Amino acid sequence: MTDQKRQELEALALRVREHIVRLSTDGGCFTGASLSCADLLVYLYADCLNVHPDNLQDPTRDYLFLSKGHDVPALYGTFVELGFLDKERLARHLCTDDHIYWHPNRNVPGVEFHSGSLGHLPSVALGVALDCRMRGQDNKVIVITGDGELNEGSVWEALLVASAHQVNNLTLVVDRNQFQANVATEDLIPLEPLGPKFEAFGCAVRRINGHNFNQLEEAFSALPFSDTKPSVIICDTVRGRGLPSIEARADRWFCNFSAEEVEALLRELHGETPVALRSETLTVR
Amino acid sequence: MTYEELIKQTALADDRLVVMTAENRALIRNLPAVLGPRFIDTGITEQTLIGAAAGLALRGRIPVVHALATFLTLRAFEFVRTDVGIAGLPVKLSGFVPGFLSDGNGPTHQAIEDVSLMRGIPGMTVFAPADEADMLAMLPAIWASPAPAYVRINTRPATYEHAPFEMGKAEIVAEGTDVTILTYGMLFEQTLVARELLQAQGKSVGLINLRSLKPIDEAALLNVARRGSLLVTVEDHFITGGLYSILAEVLLRNQLTARVLPLALEERWYRPGRLSAVLEHEGFTGQHIAHRIATALGENGSTISAGPAVLENQFAE
Repeated sequence: MTDQKRQELEALALRVREHIVRLSTDGGCFTGASLSCADLLVYLYADCLNVHPDNLQDPTRDYLFLSKGHDVPALYGTFVELGFLDKERLARHLCTDDHIYWHPNRNVPGVEFHSGSLGHLPSVALGVALDCRMRGQDNKVIVITGDGELNEGSVWEALLVASAHQVNNLTLVVDRNQFQANVATEDLIPLEPLGPKFEAFGCAVRRINGHNFNQLEEAFSALPFSDTKPSVIICDTVRGRGLPSIEARADRWFCNFSAEEVEALLRELHGETPVALRSETLTVR
Repeated sequence: MTYEELIKQTALADDRLVVMTAENRALIRNLPAVLGPRFIDTGITEQTLIGAAAGLALRGRIPVVHALATFLTLRAFEFVRTDVGIAGLPVKLSGFVPGFLSDGNGPTHQAIEDVSLMRGIPGMTVFAPADEADMLAMLPAIWASPAPAYVRINTRPATYEHAPFEMGKAEIVAEGTDVTILTYGMLFEQTLVARELLQAQGKSVGLINLRSLKPIDEAALLNVARRGSLLVTVEDHFITGGLYSILAEVLLRNQLTARVLPLALEERWYRPGRLSAVLEHEGFTGQHIAHRIATALGENGSTISAGPAVLENQFAE
């Protein structure tokens, strides 16, 4: 990746993070979880996948399924920046006269399927991948899961089936930010060694830094990793990435900041002093 | 024509149809060779089966999805509700051996809350054919509909010549002035017997095969309720959420009341065994049904003569 391309993606990701912070008030959103996968979504939509506002109904487009629905603010931000979605709609976050809420749904242009309940989209994406293959189309089918989501047996069930059917056009991407909801994954249901687990389920696996655009490009350009296996990309990420005052903290999953704190956090995002957040303004679910 | 033959013909004529199973191939053994990649077996994975069906439906396919009724509706319930129901996708759920047809498998395999569960999903349609002929009459319309559907698969041979199927319409087998039996699924066969036995005692007995539980033929239910005679609901399902509940909902919505005798499973699991033994033990043979109705009518039911032997189910899994 050229330095110029990388800088463009970084600038885009910064703007997406601004959207996430702005959505973290007046009811709030899953700020920490969204910030961990902002770089991943920006890379995929801006530079990797064949999906854009003009081909959303084209059956040969690439598909991205966001199984960890909490990340949807990162998706909204990416969609606004890339012209899928009118920016004005973000102002209707949590308004019942629009469909901009805490989990993805198909009333938002670009969203392929609703999610929220965890462990569902690996199998839905499997169905899509099977059909693409049946029709001889070589489009990519990507499904992004959280690491906490890997507790759901249905994720592994879908991988068993994908592996048995040699579905090599399906790629599972794990946003490995080390937290599930309010607890560190390794303190509750440890996942490591994670790569070998996927390999044991018949997948071809790579593990990268999910905030490094060069590594993202290297991994996604190499898809499929095998002619006969589904691919898995484990993206090591940091919950709350970009905001030092909330990074890698169990209690910064769902955030509902005051308007003043949002302004301070936007300054922090641009490199100014970290914000001293008052805990009572945070909601942990 | 068999169930398998109908799927084969339909799928060969319409490449939107894909046949899926969680390794329940009893009724569709010959389809893999015919359908090739349009036959998808996910193994014993009901959740993935439903999720993948939703994905295929997103791409314009019409998945006809086979699994044992109880696992299809219960184990995968949230996947059916969330992936198929919320999306409103035309996934067609074929539930094998529902209700009493589970034979000797025991309570783990008893799909006796399936009607309740499936009709609770907005947009889902629910069908319970009386026998194989009834099922073959209704499946083309069910598969052609854009709605998600659950079908209580029933391949028992027909003992009655059915009228053509019309979506949302019940089959009025007979009208009667003393009592009207309302039923669906495999117990239709026994209610035919019960009706004969009661007629032999001089009773005028109506009989309605509901066929479709959602949409329900509200007009047919209101019509018999307004006549004022005894209504009897007969079902191999829990009393909550099935036909008795549906009837109660319809009557209340229309500010009507009626005298109703529900024959269903009340807060208990039924005893597994061969079909004839189960029906005998649970009181659902034609003779038992006639006896229970005669008693409700204030008669001495002991004069009811014996009905024909129940043909054993051919359970194959």
